[in-house]
Amino acid sequence: MQFMLLFSRQGKLRLQKWYVPLSDKEKKKITRELVQTVLARKPKMCSFLEWRDLKVVYKRYASLYFCCAVEVQDNELITLEIIHRYVELLDKYFGSVCELDIIFNFEKAYFILDEFLLGGEAQETSKKNVLKAIEQADLLQESHKKTKDVVSI
Amino acid sequence: MSDVVEKTLTALPSLLSLDSQPGSAKLSSTSKLGALIRGITELTSKHEEEKLIQRELASLKDQVSSPNTSMRQMKEAMVRAIYCEMLGYEASFSYIHAIKLAQQGSILDKRVGYLAVTLFLNENHELLLLLVNTVLKPNVPQRYDTCNTPLVEEKLNHPKEIIRRKAVLALYKFYLIAPNQVQHIHNRFRKALCDKDPGVMFASLHIYLQMIKGYKDLTASFVTILKQVVSGKLPMDFNYHSVPAPWLQIQLLRILSILGKNDQSTSEIMYDVLDESLKRAEINHNITYAILYECVKCIYTIYPKTDLLEKAAKCIGNFVLSSKINLKYLGLKALTYVVQQDPKLALQHQMTIIECLDHPDVIIKRETLELLFRITNAQNITVIVEKMLEFLHQSKDDHTTIDLVGKVAEIAEKYPLQTMNTVFSLGGDMIQPDIPNSFLKLLSEGFESEEENKKLRLFAVDSYILLLEGETRNLPQRFLQVISWVLGEYSHLRNDLDPARVMTLLTKLLEMRQTSSETKTWVLMAMTKLCSGEASVSIARSVCEDLSSSMDTVQRQRAHELLLLSQDRALRSQLLPLCSDPEPLEVDSSLSFLDAFVSEALAAGAAPYKPPHQRQEELAQQKALSLEPYELSLPINMSSSCVTGRQSPTLMSVSSGLSGDSAELSHKGGSTTLKLEGVKRVWGREGYLSKKEPVEEVAQAEIPSPLSSPNQHTGASGTSSNTHPPIPTPEPEQEKQQLASSLFVGLGSQSSLCLVRADIYSTQDVPSHSVAVFQYSLSVIRPVVHFEVMGMLSYQSSHKSHEVEFTYKLPLTNFIRPFTVSTEQYGAMWLAFSNDTKQNLNLVTDGQDSLTDTLNVLKGKLNLHIVEIIGMEGIVACRLAQDQPCLLHCHIHAGTLAVWLRSPVPDLPDSLLYHCQRALEGT
Repeated sequence: MQFMLLFSRQGKLRLQKWYVPLSDKEKKKITRELVQTVLARKPKMCSFLEWRDLKVVYKRYASLYFCCAVEVQDNELITLEIIHRYVELLDKYFGSVCELDIIFNFEKAYFILDEFLLGGEAQETSKKNVLKAIEQADLLQESHKKTKDVVSI
Repeated sequence: MSDVVEKTLTALPSLLSLDSQPGSAKLSSTSKLGALIRGITELTSKHEEEKLIQRELASLKDQVSSPNTSMRQMKEAMVRAIYCEMLGYEASFSYIHAIKLAQQGSILDKRVGYLAVTLFLNENHELLLLLVNTVLKPNVPQRYDTCNTPLVEEKLNHPKEIIRRKAVLALYKFYLIAPNQVQHIHNRFRKALCDKDPGVMFASLHIYLQMIKGYKDLTASFVTILKQVVSGKLPMDFNYHSVPAPWLQIQLLRILSILGKNDQSTSEIMYDVLDESLKRAEINHNITYAILYECVKCIYTIYPKTDLLEKAAKCIGNFVLSSKINLKYLGLKALTYVVQQDPKLALQHQMTIIECLDHPDVIIKRETLELLFRITNAQNITVIVEKMLEFLHQSKDDHTTIDLVGKVAEIAEKYPLQTMNTVFSLGGDMIQPDIPNSFLKLLSEGFESEEENKKLRLFAVDSYILLLEGETRNLPQRFLQVISWVLGEYSHLRNDLDPARVMTLLTKLLEMRQTSSETKTWVLMAMTKLCSGEASVSIARSVCEDLSSSMDTVQRQRAHELLLLSQDRALRSQLLPLCSDPEPLEVDSSLSFLDAFVSEALAAGAAPYKPPHQRQEELAQQKALSLEPYELSLPINMSSSCVTGRQSPTLMSVSSGLSGDSAELSHKGGSTTLKLEGVKRVWGREGYLSKKEPVEEVAQAEIPSPLSSPNQHTGASGTSSNTHPPIPTPEPEQEKQQLASSLFVGLGSQSSLCLVRADIYSTQDVPSHSVAVFQYSLSVIRPVVHFEVMGMLSYQSSHKSHEVEFTYKLPLTNFIRPFTVSTEQYGAMWLAFSNDTKQNLNLVTDGQDSLTDTLNVLKGKLNLHIVEIIGMEGIVACRLAQDQPCLLHCHIHAGTLAVWLRSPVPDLPDSLLYHCQRALEGT
């Protein structure tokens, strides 16, 4: 996978993750054009785009678009399922996720994504395991906080 | 701001208090990030947002660089910095602090630090080395770089499988970045493949997919793994919607297809498991389709096995016929992939393919064209190129256009003649004149092998004879010209073809009402080349009789030539040798053969030749002199060439406004006939039945043909340009030519700005007290405000030669035509054009609606088309005589008309603006 973008129906970027090194200028340009292209498509149209030299797979969940750019030889449907799995993960973690969860807790969304995909490849496809890893990290964080609080007292 | 966000914002307080859900980290109301986000959502303009973020960044900068900031605050600040970066504002000052945080913070701070670092830095960033040092300390090898392989290698032995897995993926990245750096650890990969944890094994597949070629011996292992996966031997954790480890399966299938490609023995190992995979994947879910798709691809990639192929073909059928658009798309893709081996499969699905061609989704359409492109053959090429051209018209995306043009070009290389025939019959009279020219050039100069050439020419002759025997009424004029040239030039190659038969066919063209006089001269010329033998001569004679009373002088001239030459065989073969030798026509550009004539003229007292710039200067001083007698004739000729479409045979340039209109009309008519009832006729058992379909559709634009070279704009050098096919240059009456008046129309304003094609042109004697009419077509190459047409007429009377020079100023408006487009088309074009200019102009203020009044004045004076007027804004379109448009956007601003002109042609906006200004000055 080359990159993943999350953006709202209004075209606001909510999350971006790049797995290929690009300059900020290029990133911005790609983001702007791709968001425009995807938003212009009608709901009944297919989820795949041949856009420039990339293969783009996108899906809309409520008001959020999830959009991935993959290699030409990659399987489109499985990419769609990666998106779906990510949404499932978010949903499970936040408990019926909405756009606001991602806006305000975007670092958590990043953590989940990093646990699920590494370097652009699916590394852990089990929902349970990803969430376990995240919860462990959260737990660590909380226990840490507690000890800190205790110390400060 | 978005309503969704706004709505949820009002509900925010209640959300914030609900901070009890386990595992869900809702926002704390005091967090600065929350405040920032809320601040941004409340803003109404981009400008305000910018201001707010700049403020935020400034405070962040203070905070992170202050020594008193705790790690916890630092973490919080980092999150905000990430947010600002996501919104597109640079926060590079925080990068170093992100690394610091990753280095020094507690574990949870590190987590944010790492996140920030991965988001901020890419592999070329200068801070990366620093980061590597940081990473060497902590114990999770999540980040990677080329120089710390040993460290990651170590982690491959880590007891925890999650860390082993990450280490393998990290190595995979190393491999992608620098394959030779990890060569020494290939055995480690093998170990990872045999890891007891399937996750680690899965991760190692990424590496094997990249470098699989060297590992044929592992085929059996991969097959075993896939077998185990398919039969559900993996832990439940790996199931996805009750399908066992789909990611793993797809990865394995891809590896297998690489392994089995062109390798029968390796392929045989995998037949069973592929069969099993096909069978197992039966649940109706996206993920099973994903596996199926990969399976089908694999089956068609490896060494073929009949029954597997059949099953796979059935699968593809399910995809193509699916009502789900995503599956349909993949079905088309799969078809595209397999038709190279098995074109019959496309035949099975031809109805679906036809439907997909008219699909509203361009992506589907494009994929279908891709498929058609793969099954192009000599029979169906016409319709495929037609469809491609059609798509090309609508396409706005540069990448698509480039891709498609490339494909048409590729087809043209494979089937030059068929493609060009299609392009001609579709592009018709809208085609750029250099396309037929260079096509004829290609035919006459040919390829390297003489054999090929002859075949191509023979094929051309045969197919054109066939065409002429059918219905010729709908063929575009350009195409007819090409046909008659080819027949005239090459029908002698076909020995069994009686020239009289060709003559009869050509005569038919002459008798047709639609045939333009330009085409008729082409036809007559072809006849002149052809007429040998009794029968032909008698045909020629009757044609000449008919035409000897023609109103058209050029036709009369040609008919006369034909008559004379058909009776004098020796002269004919001398003038028009059978053009089998590729001896190039020599063009004496210095016109040295006229030396004698010139010196004679000088001796008789004629003025010496002056170069154009000098002439121009003098003309500027004494303009009144030359204008008088010619003022009338030239402009009339201009307009007449536009209205009647009369053009000299040597010039194939301007497509007149009238023929443009008729092309549009027939286009409309054509497009209505291309509905589904036509579909059945189009496809037959052997493919496309090209002959039965009347070629009605006239595409509107020409495509850049690979055969054409951009040698069109050679300009008026005064000699007949050598891009023309060999045209009837030799005049039978040499002495007449010397006597005849010759006219040079050179058009040059200041420099090389605009050139009009011109030729030396000779006619018969002009008896005293009569009028000779010369016709020239002008085409604008670069627009300027005024074009200056200059000419010189030289004639001799009673052994004295005379020269008269004249100029005529043509305003640009003469070339402007209204351009009828819809608002949507306008919008699309507007963005595509790069040359623009803006200015404020006077408004017409007497009426009530000054905008409409003003635009109507412009419309009336400049011949523009008003596309739409909405309130205070109006959009207007026009084009140069041919096809190059110019768009105007007008709105009322502070009592003036603010116009903004855009065009693909440089200088057109500026020149047109001048005329707009002039048009409105008088009011």
